[in-house]
Amino acid sequence: MSLWKDFSNGFYTENPIFRISLGMCPFLALSTSVQNALGMGAAVTFVLIWSNVAISTLRNVIPDKIRIPCYIVFIATFVSLVDMVMAAYAPSLHKALGIYIPLIVVNCIILGRAEAFANKNTVTSSFLDGVGMGIGFTLAMALMASIREILGSGTWYGINILGQAYADQPVLMAILPPGAFVLMGFVLAAFAVIDRRKERAA
Amino acid sequence: MNAPTILAALLGATPAGGGAGLSQIMGLVIGGILINNYVLSRFLGICPFLGVSKQLDSALGMGAAVVFVMAMTAASCYVLWQLLLVPLHLEYLSTIVFILIIAALVQFVEMVLLKFSPALYKALGIYLPLITTNCAVLGVAVLNKDAGYSLGLGVVNAVAGALGFSLALILMAGLRERLEMSNTPDAMKGKPITFILAGVMSIAFLGFAGLGV
Repeated sequence: MSLWKDFSNGFYTENPIFRISLGMCPFLALSTSVQNALGMGAAVTFVLIWSNVAISTLRNVIPDKIRIPCYIVFIATFVSLVDMVMAAYAPSLHKALGIYIPLIVVNCIILGRAEAFANKNTVTSSFLDGVGMGIGFTLAMALMASIREILGSGTWYGINILGQAYADQPVLMAILPPGAFVLMGFVLAAFAVIDRRKERAA
Repeated sequence: MNAPTILAALLGATPAGGGAGLSQIMGLVIGGILINNYVLSRFLGICPFLGVSKQLDSALGMGAAVVFVMAMTAASCYVLWQLLLVPLHLEYLSTIVFILIIAALVQFVEMVLLKFSPALYKALGIYLPLITTNCAVLGVAVLNKDAGYSLGLGVVNAVAGALGFSLALILMAGLRERLEMSNTPDAMKGKPITFILAGVMSIAFLGFAGLGV
């Protein structure tokens, strides 16, 4: 039961984006299309899982004082792996994600989970936490990217769903930088309203 | 040689004519501060932008610390990239090396400040550790490497980017101090309204794209 809790924590109750607001930079920058969002989500999930596993495996070996530099080296290693694999097998995605791939290193979600979870818990729990948080991040990105792509280009995953007339004259602002900030504000407000309803019902 | 050419030569720009180097530098400065603002159009450094923009004083401190660290990062990353990684064909280690340089540099700056300028340390101290995970800092190292800037241009790019970051941060802090007094709908309180405010600022900065430098 507690293993299930470790796994599902990241979906909603501790969603890294909407609840604890970590990892905003790639989230805002790459939610312009669902394709980019899923690619980034997959990359972050991979790094999150394996850095969690490596750190929880070695949690009794790493001296406490230099733990943060150690974590950063682990994370940077996995990020370099993702970078090279993506450059080899998905060059167009690699190009679209660009500078935000090396920047996964400084994504607060990953260091945050290492510090707050992986260095205190077993390997199994940490693995599940990594998978869960990764899915939570990917779901959040997919949600935001769906809103932005549908509004901003009238398509979803490159498929035209609002008709050609809309695609010719979309709300371009949604996929420009300001759209990311404004829409994020409204999505967070929606979450706040949902929470308040729940509290009142309980 | 006239002054601009000397300046351009010092900064390592590659002037085709006399003034080309200087216009490249101006382009980087205007571009970094206004057109491609790190926070509002490249989404780098959002966490400190949202976290440290509640008060004007702390925003100023954070801004100064970031300018300082980013300039030093750009210089040291360039040196290690050119003198160590490229000659040894270890380019694939760039991410690991850069982040370690930044972490070490931040630690070093912290120790030096503590020793030589306790007053400045007190003002910047608490913000320094936060800078290691500021993606604008690693971002500028990677951007400089990808663009192949020389040492001088890289530092100019870093300082311009950091000034742009500080500008956004300070403007935001000023706005948020006013926001505290205003009456916002319940659901919008806190983070949501801050994001919308950032969006409005971003729209304003989008206007600078017309400068076409």
